Amino acid sequence: MASLTGTAGAVPDRPARRLPAPPARALAAGAAWLALAGATYALPEEGDFPYTATFAAGALGIGLALPLAALLSSARLSGRLQRAGARLAHGTPWLAVLALALLAWELVTAKFALLPMPFFPPPQAILEVFLDDWPKLGGSILASLKLLAGGYLFGAAAGFTLGVAVGWSKAVGYWAHPVLRFVGPLPATAWLPLAFFVFPSSWSASTFLVALATGFPVTVLTWSGVAGVNKAYFDVARTLGASPRFLVLRVAIPAALPHVFVGLFMGLGGSFAVLVVAEMLGVKSGLGWYLQWAQGWAAYANMYAALIVMALMCSGLITLLFRLRDRVLSWQKGLVQW
Amino acid sequence: MVAATLERPLPRAADREAGARLSVEGVSHAFAIRGAALPVLDRIGLAVEPGGFVALLGPSGCGKSTMLRLVAGLEPPDAGRIAVDGARVAGPDPARLLVFQDPTLYPWRTVRGNVALGLEARGVGRERAARADAALRLVGLDGFAEVYPHQLSGGMAQRAALARALVNEPRLLLLDEPLGKLDALTRLAMQAEILRLWQEKRFTALLVTHDVEEALVLAERVIVLSDRPAAIRADIPVDRPYPRHRDDPNLVRLRREILGILGQPT
Repeated sequence: MASLTGTAGAVPDRPARRLPAPPARALAAGAAWLALAGATYALPEEGDFPYTATFAAGALGIGLALPLAALLSSARLSGRLQRAGARLAHGTPWLAVLALALLAWELVTAKFALLPMPFFPPPQAILEVFLDDWPKLGGSILASLKLLAGGYLFGAAAGFTLGVAVGWSKAVGYWAHPVLRFVGPLPATAWLPLAFFVFPSSWSASTFLVALATGFPVTVLTWSGVAGVNKAYFDVARTLGASPRFLVLRVAIPAALPHVFVGLFMGLGGSFAVLVVAEMLGVKSGLGWYLQWAQGWAAYANMYAALIVMALMCSGLITLLFRLRDRVLSWQKGLVQW
Repeated sequence: MVAATLERPLPRAADREAGARLSVEGVSHAFAIRGAALPVLDRIGLAVEPGGFVALLGPSGCGKSTMLRLVAGLEPPDAGRIAVDGARVAGPDPARLLVFQDPTLYPWRTVRGNVALGLEARGVGRERAARADAALRLVGLDGFAEVYPHQLSGGMAQRAALARALVNEPRLLLLDEPLGKLDALTRLAMQAEILRLWQEKRFTALLVTHDVEEALVLAERVIVLSDRPAAIRADIPVDRPYPRHRDDPNLVRLRREILGILGQPT
């Protein structure tokens, strides 16, 4: 207690605790992967997993490569290799924790069967899905991306146009505002039953739903962006002889872009949700359908594999959007790093 | 101060043709605030010779800025007539440019892009970048063409705003407290800058300010406005050669006189 109530601001004179230096860290991480490889290979299994040895070999490979890579990058080499080494060094604590998590997972599933079997497959079962079922999984990714891209691009373009029109023109605002207020907050998935019999194909219906989920946030954010543009910007342009067209294209839209990107970000999140639901309920392809199919056949390893792939896809798309924003809005200060 | 750059005689009448002649006759204006009319200008009448430099001085919130918006053509006056070179002002025109208290540079454009705005808006394609760069040199911002506004200091941003106006070769420059938000030292430097540009370019200048010294150092005539609704209280010629010094006894006397009119203890 004394130390807690002691003089405020007293600085302890022991040196600040630091993470071990990179080579030691890399050795520790390598050791974790080697432990994973050893446990996976040597311990007896409850069940029959054809890819146990492959998984162990992969872990062994990483366990050997890590200290080697650290050693190579700590040697004075070319700048590029050194940068790669620095990034690796930054990632080693995570890699170590990942190995320990995989080890724990391996132990509670395949080795000691502490978790009920069909629902919780070991890592090598998921590796098996990636290695054996990749054509189907890859095809599902492509199908999902195709559907998502069509719907998202259409919804974003329509939402942007409508948002600019509502924000700029009082007449368009008068007619569009009540409709947006009434229909917009409705979740796009609520249209699902209607969309599937109104549209000629389940694919066009799903495209419409994804577009709807994207369009609403993009419309509202674009609208608020355009409506909120500093009025002095327009005064400046008007005195300089700008036409109304110039005011919209060169003043209102660039000024509203930061808002537009918030809308695009929210729309992308919404579109993922609708995409998965639409694929589960109507479309006979895509990752959502794969998930549903895997669950139907009690192929739980396939389900986890699809979830991992889906997470990678969504995260990758969000990253892509943020990259685009960083490029377009490079003039802005203090952008959030994704 | 920066006297060396200002060591020039008063512009001769023959040189003053670049500037426009401004006449304001019986202009009154009111704002509608929640249905009630708030009068801001009360029968203002003034004439500015081509190439003249007139300061409008008055307490803050008296309607000085509204006066400039009307002359710029951003709003029509409720009553009275504003004419530039005999032609009634019916809307904004790049020959009459307004420099605001805030630089209002577009943050998404580089400094060069901001300065070239007027040229771009009017479809001047050729030599746009060259003219923008020349205007930047004129205000001492060469080398900052590729920079974004958030990287500029307040004084530099206001210089860029001046360049954005000057690149269009305005005949009447309306300055709405352009130095109001700058620190004292930057303000002095920018006053000298505005004076130099006026002497070089021969435009007519109408400056709104609440700084008595600034008006006396810059303008050939100081028009003192009353509290809202603004009416003209006094029209004081400042017949002193440039460059002027703040401690010139004549200016000190005028300053005391103007502060008296404004009802301030001297």
